[in-house]
Amino acid sequence: MSSFNRSTTRRRVLKGGAVLAGGAVLAPTVFTRGAWAEAFRNNPGDAGSVTLGFNVPQTGPYADEGADELRAYQLAVKHINGEGDGGMLNTMQPLALKGNGILGKKVEYVTGDTQTKSDAARASAKRMIERDGVVMVTGGSSSGVAVAVQSLCQDMGVIFMAGLTHANDTTGKDRRRYGFRHFFNAHMSAAALGPVLEAQMGKERRSYMLTADYNWGWSVEGSMTQVTENMGWETVSQVRTPLGAGDFSQYITPVLDSGADVLVLIHYGKDMVDSLTQAVQFGLRDKQVNGRNFEVVVPLYSRLMAQGAGKNVAGIYGSTNWHWSLQDAGTQAFVKSFGQEYGFPPSQAAHTCYVQALLYANAVESVGTFYPVEVIKFLEGFEFDGMGNGPTLYRAEDHQCFKPVLVVKGNENPSSQFDLLEVVQEVPTEQITYPHDLYAGDLGPYDV
Amino acid sequence: MDSLLLQLLNGLDKGGAYALIALGLTLVFGTLGVVNFAHGALFMLGAFVAVSVNALLNTSKQIRDESITFFEAFIDQPYLEIWFGETGTTIIEWSAPIAIVVAVPVMLLVGLAMERGLIRFFYKRSHAEQILVTFGLAIVLGEIIKVIFGANPIPQSAPPVVAGAAPVGSWFGLSETLVYPWWRLIYLFCAFVIIGAVFAFLRFTTYGMVVRAGMADRETVGLLGIDIERRFTVVFGIAAVVAGLAGAMYTPIVPPDYHIGMNFLVLSFVVVVVGGMGSLPGAVAAGFLLGVIQSFASIGAVKEILPGIDQIIIYLIAVLILLTRPRGLLGRKGVMES
Repeated sequence: MSSFNRSTTRRRVLKGGAVLAGGAVLAPTVFTRGAWAEAFRNNPGDAGSVTLGFNVPQTGPYADEGADELRAYQLAVKHINGEGDGGMLNTMQPLALKGNGILGKKVEYVTGDTQTKSDAARASAKRMIERDGVVMVTGGSSSGVAVAVQSLCQDMGVIFMAGLTHANDTTGKDRRRYGFRHFFNAHMSAAALGPVLEAQMGKERRSYMLTADYNWGWSVEGSMTQVTENMGWETVSQVRTPLGAGDFSQYITPVLDSGADVLVLIHYGKDMVDSLTQAVQFGLRDKQVNGRNFEVVVPLYSRLMAQGAGKNVAGIYGSTNWHWSLQDAGTQAFVKSFGQEYGFPPSQAAHTCYVQALLYANAVESVGTFYPVEVIKFLEGFEFDGMGNGPTLYRAEDHQCFKPVLVVKGNENPSSQFDLLEVVQEVPTEQITYPHDLYAGDLGPYDV
Repeated sequence: MDSLLLQLLNGLDKGGAYALIALGLTLVFGTLGVVNFAHGALFMLGAFVAVSVNALLNTSKQIRDESITFFEAFIDQPYLEIWFGETGTTIIEWSAPIAIVVAVPVMLLVGLAMERGLIRFFYKRSHAEQILVTFGLAIVLGEIIKVIFGANPIPQSAPPVVAGAAPVGSWFGLSETLVYPWWRLIYLFCAFVIIGAVFAFLRFTTYGMVVRAGMADRETVGLLGIDIERRFTVVFGIAAVVAGLAGAMYTPIVPPDYHIGMNFLVLSFVVVVVGGMGSLPGAVAAGFLLGVIQSFASIGAVKEILPGIDQIIIYLIAVLILLTRPRGLLGRKGVMES
């Protein structure tokens, strides 16, 4: 009794009470550590599989890119699940993936058609998230689509790994916390192309720009105008053309007596194939203006477009995010894997989509959870290599990847049916890097 | 000046397509009294006759590409080239003109089948019902093409000999470097020939005379013991051929997809309204006129003053015509007028 009395002093009671109170406060976090894992959208939980959403243009002017994106995604799923030769999983550094899916769950996928229309792309992504329960949406071949889907994904708390999107807006004014872009952008294209164009065509040029009339076109037009005017070129005219116009003759004809000696074709996909083919048919390539040969520049180039335009691309300069002829180990592993699967080399659209799928899977594997906030924090500032572009940084402030950019030229003497573009210069990262606040934007919150 | 000539040619070219479709539309309206919203689908079907002919001629065998070593790549070699060598290559290169020849009987059959199988049941129905059924037919045909050929445009080439550009500048005493694509000139020429042939058929043949008489007074011609319905069926077939040829010839200019007919249909109806419902010369004149006006509206100087005017100019003119002269430029008095 006396001992009880000794032990139950006021001080001891207070101490014990404090311990109990502290324990009560801490207990929920001790026993429910990881409980947030239950609280996010489309948590796969204990399921044996996890679903990714591949939202690509299967119809419309960018359908060729979309088809190649889908091939790349299917290959990525194979590799993540441990099938095939592993592709870039053999070269990627650092790598957490083990070739047994993501966190031991088999990767499955659903597909959607963006139709290269923002509303269709959003509807498709929404369906994937709400009906199919995808943990990540990826794909697209248009900046209009990327910005629209990225915004939706931010609102719905699902990560969006952008496919081919080149406008500055995607990681500029329209950047989102849940959106990540591996592909380069208009600013980088212009920064890489400028010095090459100056060396090849001189400082006294007059340019005429035909621009696809949506956010990507405006973005490239702005960046190209800034760079070319800084090096002394004069911009004669900037004409906006509707997406998917088909017949560009009425836009090309005025170029002929505009006094311009360079046509900058800010078109992509089938639009570029059509406008370039028609520009050549109207004799622009054979023309002499101001005592100089008339030149055509295509700021955003791809092998698929070169294939579509055939001989018309010979000698035409442009920029590209990646090209299958690069000699690094990552590129060779991917090209071999893709070529064996499909019988032809991948396009830059296929490359960026394949890499994005792997980067997401690797991030989840690294943090040990599908919880988007943790995955986002892992990807922000993530540095990696062995994926075809050399050392690459996912900049934390705007979710834009920084890596070397390729300046290419339509091959005049192709050695094979795929040898359509010649890499003129691999422009180093330092030359195309810009401050993250140059295109001001707000990533938004982690928790949505 | 150079640019003006090219814009004029562009306008005539586009106008040629408008005129060919509008000619068929107004022919069907004038003879059968049917507002045929499936007429654009006939243009589209003609284009896909060209695509089919090209695909057929390009039926290929896959041959290993030895220049690619790090994976197995193949080159498609057409059987025609394997069997006939250079002659085979030439045949493939000339697929567009071959398709134009093939399109005539195919589109005639399509037109006859469409008229006998569906359109004739709607002669005495209201215009609203005709529009509904023909629009539905256009959608069905479009979707069938989409299922077979996919939703994406399929590029076609002109024969190499006319794939380049013609020196129109030197023809007109202008700059020698001024050129215009040969195939577009051929399209324009063919448009004139087809339009001329239709007019000559209606003007100088007995068959055409009866058709014109039927257009003016169907009942009287019927009372004379002439089976005017059968003749009108043939007229529908001719309209289908004209639209189909317009489509087949257009494929080297713009790669066709299942929706191409709809793009032209709306504009062609505007052309018919501007020209005058049921007036053949009106349709042709309005087709070329609107094509040229649209082309000139896209000149930079014009667009600087009125941005986007090239997209709406045709509709503005249609509104103006409907307000001031509802029967159209060359329409008969009383038609479309209360």
